[in-house]
Amino acid sequence: MSENTKVVENATCTFCGCVCDDMDLTVDLDEHRITKAKNACVLGRAWFAEHTVEAYPAALIDGKEATTEEAVEAAAQILVNARFPIIYGMSDTTCEAQKQAVAIANYLRANIDTTTSVCHGPSGMAFQGVGESSATLGEIKNRADLVIYWGGNPAEAHPRHFTRYGVTPKGMYIPNGKKDRTMVLVDVRETPSAPVADIFLRVKPGTDFEVLWALRALVKGRTIDSSIEEKTGIPLETLEDLVERMKSCQFGVLFFGMGLTMTRGRHFNSGALLALASDLNEFTHFVANPVRGHGNVTGADNVVSWQTGYPFGVNFNRGYPRFNPGEFTTADVLARGEADAACIIASDPASNFSRPAIEHLMKIPVITFDPKPSVTSKLAKVAFTTATYGINVPGTVYRMDDVPITLRPAFESPYPSDEDVLTAIKNRILELKAAA
Amino acid sequence: MAETIMLVPVRTNKQGTSLNAGKLKDEYQLVTSTVEIDPADMERLGLTTGDKVRLRSPAVETVVTCQQRKGKGSTAGMMFIAYGPPSSELMDGDTAGTGMPLSKHLLVEIEGPLAS
Repeated sequence: MSENTKVVENATCTFCGCVCDDMDLTVDLDEHRITKAKNACVLGRAWFAEHTVEAYPAALIDGKEATTEEAVEAAAQILVNARFPIIYGMSDTTCEAQKQAVAIANYLRANIDTTTSVCHGPSGMAFQGVGESSATLGEIKNRADLVIYWGGNPAEAHPRHFTRYGVTPKGMYIPNGKKDRTMVLVDVRETPSAPVADIFLRVKPGTDFEVLWALRALVKGRTIDSSIEEKTGIPLETLEDLVERMKSCQFGVLFFGMGLTMTRGRHFNSGALLALASDLNEFTHFVANPVRGHGNVTGADNVVSWQTGYPFGVNFNRGYPRFNPGEFTTADVLARGEADAACIIASDPASNFSRPAIEHLMKIPVITFDPKPSVTSKLAKVAFTTATYGINVPGTVYRMDDVPITLRPAFESPYPSDEDVLTAIKNRILELKAAA
Repeated sequence: MAETIMLVPVRTNKQGTSLNAGKLKDEYQLVTSTVEIDPADMERLGLTTGDKVRLRSPAVETVVTCQQRKGKGSTAGMMFIAYGPPSSELMDGDTAGTGMPLSKHLLVEIEGPLAS
């Protein structure tokens, strides 16, 4: 470590949706690396330690080194000449970059979708169908005395969720922290999150909807048959006890994760949980918040919603935005072999999509934006190396509870930001369309 | 010997830290291609930690390394793997009109141990 260091106080970690903004980063300015990340969790420490300035080419075209300007031209030509271009990803970049991506989709009459569609997309559908009773994490920290985590494992996926927001912190009306709260965990297995729970409910795989609907019935005073245990793995008495706790708490919260959205039932599961939270407001204050994965996936929902009216899976083909999950969501568009060009921003669908979707991605020209090589960038026709948001790039991100947070970058990168490259591509697209 | 077991892709600390180092690096590849199996299932299938097994969905198959699950409570009938390319390619491309492939609770055939 050199002696040329500085400390960035209250910096933000953008690795996960917790977006913890109390990082004190020690930065080696000569080596362009963060040497210490005070307050970071195990995932945050890896995020800061591993994002240094590495010697990647600024851009690759057909696997050969190119300048950013050459790659911008190549990307613009691909997108302008495509009949059904798709823009996808955006959960690990700033809202400012996301705005440029939506503008490009609009000008191209393209399809635009975010990683939300394969994350809490089903919850997004449920919000529209059922509504959302929610609160900020600050409000939950200060008020919630009953905290239920359903279908998630924060100890491994969001390590500071327990300590910063949901379980152990002392709050205005929760002066003794965990002692004043009851924490319930619902999952198909005893994860490392289970020891934190006061009550662990092990639900049989694929029966979350049945459990949630039974809880709704009990909240409304209906009778449930004891055979619910055989179906779901949870005894009726346990459900009755939970309902009593939910109805009698001062402020309850249901945090829910991929265990609901990625399993059979999908949006029906999320909808059942949201409806349960709404039902409980006849008795007490109860909210439901999705636990979001990537650092700015919530920002992607917000930006795409501001600009198109819909949160994900949006198509501009008719000159105005249309929303239809299953039709305009990227996993489907690719698996059906429909798109003829793809612009992948800060995500890695070649790692996360089904085989049919990946096979189609391999047949069409792909443009990628990523600070590091990824499985998707390896198959790209044009691959940009971009600076890392939050570490090198300022801007705005949204925490998982829809609270916007301003980034405080640690050191400069030799690579451009996603926003800079997207803006350049957008401007070139406008020139090409004007000339056509 | 082959039988059908439920595969549950999950998040793990190691997956999270290794993806920061890079998805093309060895550690991430190792973490995302290791499946955790309940001790009772391991014994019934004749598997020991480190064995290679083939996982097969209706359209796709992939080879991963198995490891005996260490967590509390029986999870017989379920296997767990960190999200990554091997688990994702076992998903069906059809999302039933939702945009979300069924990414957990995948019923896959497991065959092993494979000859190394």
